[in-house]
Amino acid sequence: MTDTDRGTQRDRHSAFSLFTQQSLPACKPVLTPEWVIMTFLFIGFIFIPVGLVTLRASHSVVEIVERYDIGCVPEPFRIDKVSYIQDDSIPKNCSLSFKVPKYMKAPIYIYYQLDNYYQNHRRYVKSRSDKQLLHGQNEHGISSCQPVEVNNDRPIIPCGLIAWSLFNDTFTFIRNRAELKVNRKNIAWKSDRGHKFGKNVYPFNFQNGTLIGGGKLNPTIPLSDQEDLIVWMRTSALPSFRKLYGRIEKDLDVDDVVVVHLMNNYNTYSFGGKKKLVVGAKCNK
Amino acid sequence: MARGRIRAKLRKSHLYSFCLFRSSGSGGQSIGGPGFSRTVYCNEPQVLNQKPYRSNIISTTKYNFFSFLPKALYEQFHRVANLYFLGCAIASLTPLSPFSPVSMIAPLAFVVGLSMAKEGLEDWRRFMQDREVNSRKVHVHNEEGGFGKKTWEDVRVGDVVKVEKDQFFPADLLLLSSNYEDGICYVETMNLDGETNLKAKKALEATLGLDEDDNFNNFKGIIKCEDPNPSLYTFVGNLEYEGKVYAIDPTQILLRDSKLRNTEFVYGVVIFTGHDSKVMQNSTRSPSKRSRVEKKMDYIIYVLFSVLLVISLISSFGFAVEIKYSMPVWWFMRPQDADEYYSPKKPVISGLSHMVTALMLYGYLIPISLYVSIEVVKVLQATFINQDIQMYDEDTGIPAQARTSNLNEELGQVDTILSDKTGTLTCNQMDFLKCSIAGIPYGVSPSEVELAAAQQMANDQEDQGELKTLVASKKEKAHKSPIKGFNFEDNRLMNGNWLKEPTAARIMLFCQILAVCHTAIPELNEETGNYTYEAESPDEGSFLVAARELGFEFFQRTQSSVFVREKYTASGKPIEREYKILNVLEFTSKRKRMTVIVRDEEGQILLLCKGADSIIFDRLSKDGKLYLEDTTRHLNDYGEAGLRTLALAYRKLEESEYTAWNNEFQKAKTSIGADRDAMLENGADMMERDLFLVGATAVEDKLQKGVPQCIDKLAQAGLKLWVLTGDKMETAINIGFACSLLRQGMKQICITESGSEDKQEVKEDILKQITNGLEMIKQENDPHAAFALIIDGKTLAYALEDDMKLKFLGLAVECASVICCRVSPKQKALVTRLVKQGTGKTTLAIGDGANDVGMIQEADIGVGISGVEGMQAVMASDFSVSQFRFLERLLVVHGHWCYKRIAQMICYFFYKNIAFGLTLFYFEAFTGFSGQSVYDDWYMLLFNVVLTSLPVMSLGVFEQDVSSEVCLEFPAVYQQGPRNLFFDWYRILGWMGNGLLCSLIIFFINIIILYDQAFRAEGQTADLAVLGTTMFTCIVWSLNCQIALTMSYFTWIQHVTIGGSIAAWYIFLLIYGALSPRISGDAYQILVEALAPAPIYWQTTLLATIACTLPYMAHIAYQRCFEPEDHHIIQEIKYYRKDVEDQHMWTRERSKARQKTKIGFTARVDAKIRQVRAKLNKKQ
Repeated sequence: MTDTDRGTQRDRHSAFSLFTQQSLPACKPVLTPEWVIMTFLFIGFIFIPVGLVTLRASHSVVEIVERYDIGCVPEPFRIDKVSYIQDDSIPKNCSLSFKVPKYMKAPIYIYYQLDNYYQNHRRYVKSRSDKQLLHGQNEHGISSCQPVEVNNDRPIIPCGLIAWSLFNDTFTFIRNRAELKVNRKNIAWKSDRGHKFGKNVYPFNFQNGTLIGGGKLNPTIPLSDQEDLIVWMRTSALPSFRKLYGRIEKDLDVDDVVVVHLMNNYNTYSFGGKKKLVVGAKCNK
Repeated sequence: MARGRIRAKLRKSHLYSFCLFRSSGSGGQSIGGPGFSRTVYCNEPQVLNQKPYRSNIISTTKYNFFSFLPKALYEQFHRVANLYFLGCAIASLTPLSPFSPVSMIAPLAFVVGLSMAKEGLEDWRRFMQDREVNSRKVHVHNEEGGFGKKTWEDVRVGDVVKVEKDQFFPADLLLLSSNYEDGICYVETMNLDGETNLKAKKALEATLGLDEDDNFNNFKGIIKCEDPNPSLYTFVGNLEYEGKVYAIDPTQILLRDSKLRNTEFVYGVVIFTGHDSKVMQNSTRSPSKRSRVEKKMDYIIYVLFSVLLVISLISSFGFAVEIKYSMPVWWFMRPQDADEYYSPKKPVISGLSHMVTALMLYGYLIPISLYVSIEVVKVLQATFINQDIQMYDEDTGIPAQARTSNLNEELGQVDTILSDKTGTLTCNQMDFLKCSIAGIPYGVSPSEVELAAAQQMANDQEDQGELKTLVASKKEKAHKSPIKGFNFEDNRLMNGNWLKEPTAARIMLFCQILAVCHTAIPELNEETGNYTYEAESPDEGSFLVAARELGFEFFQRTQSSVFVREKYTASGKPIEREYKILNVLEFTSKRKRMTVIVRDEEGQILLLCKGADSIIFDRLSKDGKLYLEDTTRHLNDYGEAGLRTLALAYRKLEESEYTAWNNEFQKAKTSIGADRDAMLENGADMMERDLFLVGATAVEDKLQKGVPQCIDKLAQAGLKLWVLTGDKMETAINIGFACSLLRQGMKQICITESGSEDKQEVKEDILKQITNGLEMIKQENDPHAAFALIIDGKTLAYALEDDMKLKFLGLAVECASVICCRVSPKQKALVTRLVKQGTGKTTLAIGDGANDVGMIQEADIGVGISGVEGMQAVMASDFSVSQFRFLERLLVVHGHWCYKRIAQMICYFFYKNIAFGLTLFYFEAFTGFSGQSVYDDWYMLLFNVVLTSLPVMSLGVFEQDVSSEVCLEFPAVYQQGPRNLFFDWYRILGWMGNGLLCSLIIFFINIIILYDQAFRAEGQTADLAVLGTTMFTCIVWSLNCQIALTMSYFTWIQHVTIGGSIAAWYIFLLIYGALSPRISGDAYQILVEALAPAPIYWQTTLLATIACTLPYMAHIAYQRCFEPEDHHIIQEIKYYRKDVEDQHMWTRERSKARQKTKIGFTARVDAKIRQVRAKLNKKQ
């Protein structure tokens, strides 16, 4: 055997040579019938418990959905709901009540649900400025907010369609004539409050134009504490969506009657969108 | 040394004056006219009125420094897909874009950049190769009067150059003189036409004096000649020298790329330089070839484009409708402030501009990285081919080389192999193996065919003692002395023992014929003291070696005599004998025999003749048939053993008889006229009769190592092999036998032309032969019957004409093997084209010489044999191997793998992009077709480049359905490629359907789960970012699990790439989420804060992944159980280790796999076994 021979012999066993000769040690699983059956059984073993757990969890939830967009328009205005909602002179308060079907354990989550509302439309989604929301008074970087970036030559804070169309129905809950306190804190993502909406950014020049969109903001509260806005600014994925309104941190008993006083301010009538109030909680004790 | 010198000075040309039939060159009449305008001022290249001819620089590069960028860019954007992405990149700068410009431009730049870098690298290699050639040195006459070294690129037209032995000619030269007084020189034209025998060139008488360096100081002359043209065998021109005009014909022209041999030096004038030279004119740019798979891929891309267009149309129509009817009431969108794009007043414009957006948004249907991934994968595959140690030739140190990486997968789809013979199948070296003298067979060495048959038999029937000895003798064979051209073994003849044989006189005569009847020139090897022979054909060489080894050493040739030294004589002393050569009647393919008439020292005139047995047998005298019966039997045996046979005969002539004949013959020789050839032939015929048969020789045409086995495997793999050779029909048929393309019992259909003058008649005759052949095949009942088609070049010329070629092809396709002999390079290319276009299947051409270049370029895949001196074939080829036998591994292993890899890879690519791209489309329906993407721009950017690219590339580079050993054991698995089982529309559409299913499952599972539920523990619902990220997670998991199911071969690389891709997604999310929200937007902290703590996120991922992969898994499980393919079965056998435990089953499967094979070694061995068994049965 010559030196080169020995060299190649040695090479043949080195890892690199195994690689170049495409003979790396490999596992070659073959889908034999046993394997296939085993795999399917295994998948079953995983999914059946997962499904059972999920099913149980799903049964342990009670959810009350009350549609109020039509009910809250007084009978005479029902023919032209749009002019009703746009007329500021008409009081918008309205009330509805529901009976608790099952015991509801605190925290009880309160959502508002809008249907047929395209919060995911590209024109709408793009119309915001994360930079402004965090750093505030800066005339640059708000071009993305079109068409709601300036008013009277001054930038709007927060700018953009999303903020401009802020949802502004409000709900108060009364049980047995006593108000159920709704906790409106911590409804937004913590990171949003902490890092996306500035602590020193205050609403400015907001809803000052000729066209008023949705809700107004208290100019004395910084954006990072305007949780309604922060929740609203997380645009929904689908045209039908729920957003968290707040939590009631008291349990509700079966057959409790809850009266909801609400301000029906938000216009979904022009595009036929529905508005619903959703109250949900766990029902197990 | 001095002796050698003297011998060299002998006017060798006289030898050739014996030649019977010389073609006369045609004179040039039209010099100076159109097409003949070239004027060369010899030895004064600086003459002012000399036209500026092209320099001797050759360049085969595609680009130069300046043209690279525009040209390479043009090439890149020539592809529809790239053009589309360019459009997208431009459009992404406008507000219409659904994504940020960088997410469109970056992948494109990456993809195009990578492809261009690859192009550049390849061109750089070509440039370096050219530079090597251009910087070779040659001696050129300079103004100072001496010869100085110059690089080839500086050689100008008109320069006088001096080329020394074994050098290549730097340009096309006019031969002025050589070291031989008569101006003869020998050139090897292997690079031009693949012929290995030397050709003599002869200078003009007028320039013979110019044979010293000093003679050129005052040399002036003007050459007027034809313009550059690609015809290698013609030249028209004349030389004005010393006031006289001499006609120049092709024998004075030395062509570039041919080599000076057996001649110390020559002087020549440069006529054509660089790209003007004949060889360069002949070279066509190698056409860019694309594989079938890739061509089909284009169609798939078109299909996807159509889908893209359709969904874009749906989308923009939907958008326009939404804009017109819904937008006015969407007060939250401020329709009154909307620009044109969203303005409800102009829904048509909105719709049209949305079309652009949609085309960009759904661009993910078209896999942008497909081309570049395929390119990268192919380069890596090619690297593996180059690295394969089993295709590395240890003798020459040359590895296999994939010269282009475009065609790797095409290697797996080859249907027909067209092979050159000389230098490809054979080493063009003959070994003297056996002989039959005076009816007694000598020589015990078995031939390759016998050996294999014996081995096979021994395996089958252990009790056959007789066969065992044969096998045993093979083992002895290993340590015999290696003499080139001599493999003869028989103690009865060796070492002078023949003297003791009863037929010693005949044996002596036999050896005399071998030693005298030839046209070779002996050369003394200074080191060993042995003589080697420069023979016209290797057969002749082997005869001389055999004669030498038997004690009859031919050692000198003069103008008129041949000298032979007899080593073993009755007296015990060596004697030298002189044979005066009176006439040489040369070998031609028509005559099939060669005769010399000599006068020996006793004055006896002998006619010594060797030739094809059939011809010789017809010419025997009554007494001469003494050994006819025995010899015939031996010849048949030899033929069966795959040996080339010649019969030897002689005749004693009376002085008077000879003189009478010679007078006639000389008269014929000097006559001028059309019937000269016929007269000469008649004359020869007169003499070559009444012969006495002495014996027969059997020569083994040394096949290249492993050729029969390789052909055998290729045949088992279902490949058809056509041999196209420039050789004579007999040689070709012999080779056919030697490499088992032909065997006894195979029905040969020989198609030859009738020799009639009338073209029409010839054509009809050939047509009839073809029809008869077809008829014969049709009527054949025996399913095992095999047919072989043998056709020669002249006939082929007719058969290739338009009206006949399809019929010819029809016949050829029916035959198990096809041999075309005497074909010109052009015909080789034509045949290749006919097969390629006529059958529509993939062809592979393999050859080693420049005469194969046309064929190599024409075929779908060209393979060059490297390692021999000519590089032309290799340069034109797509792959080069150093030996034919490596073709087996190249095709059966690498081809098979590469085909499946690429096919699966492309299918998966389409699958993954459809699965991903369609989710974008579904989401559109939920956003009022606004063009909002559900995913973050960065996810999309990474999707093709990072998150799904590596596993599919590892599939493309490393996947092995079965190991290389199994590929070689079951060549039948190769048929999956030619039958295109892995890239037919059924499979492609299946994958696309799988993609569609996957997209539906992922999208709707996510939508339904996430649309109104609380997502996080604190009660928040899922927003756009959460939905998009969850959906994307499902996609990353599903696609990567899917590819894991597709693979059947997992090394750590696959584990790392698949696992890594999934991990990369989470790592990316972490990093992206940790960046400032100004960059990450809604994805800020998304994994840490929202997704990871939510069980629903993980549940969704699990559910969607399993739901996506389950249908495919069910499909493959079903297929494996109920409709298994070949490789499934083999995998399973291997998996259960049945091949180890149950040898019998393994062998049975193997023999089953090769049932249909009709040619090749195995088929032949089977036939031989049948024959021997029949014999044994008879005995019992």
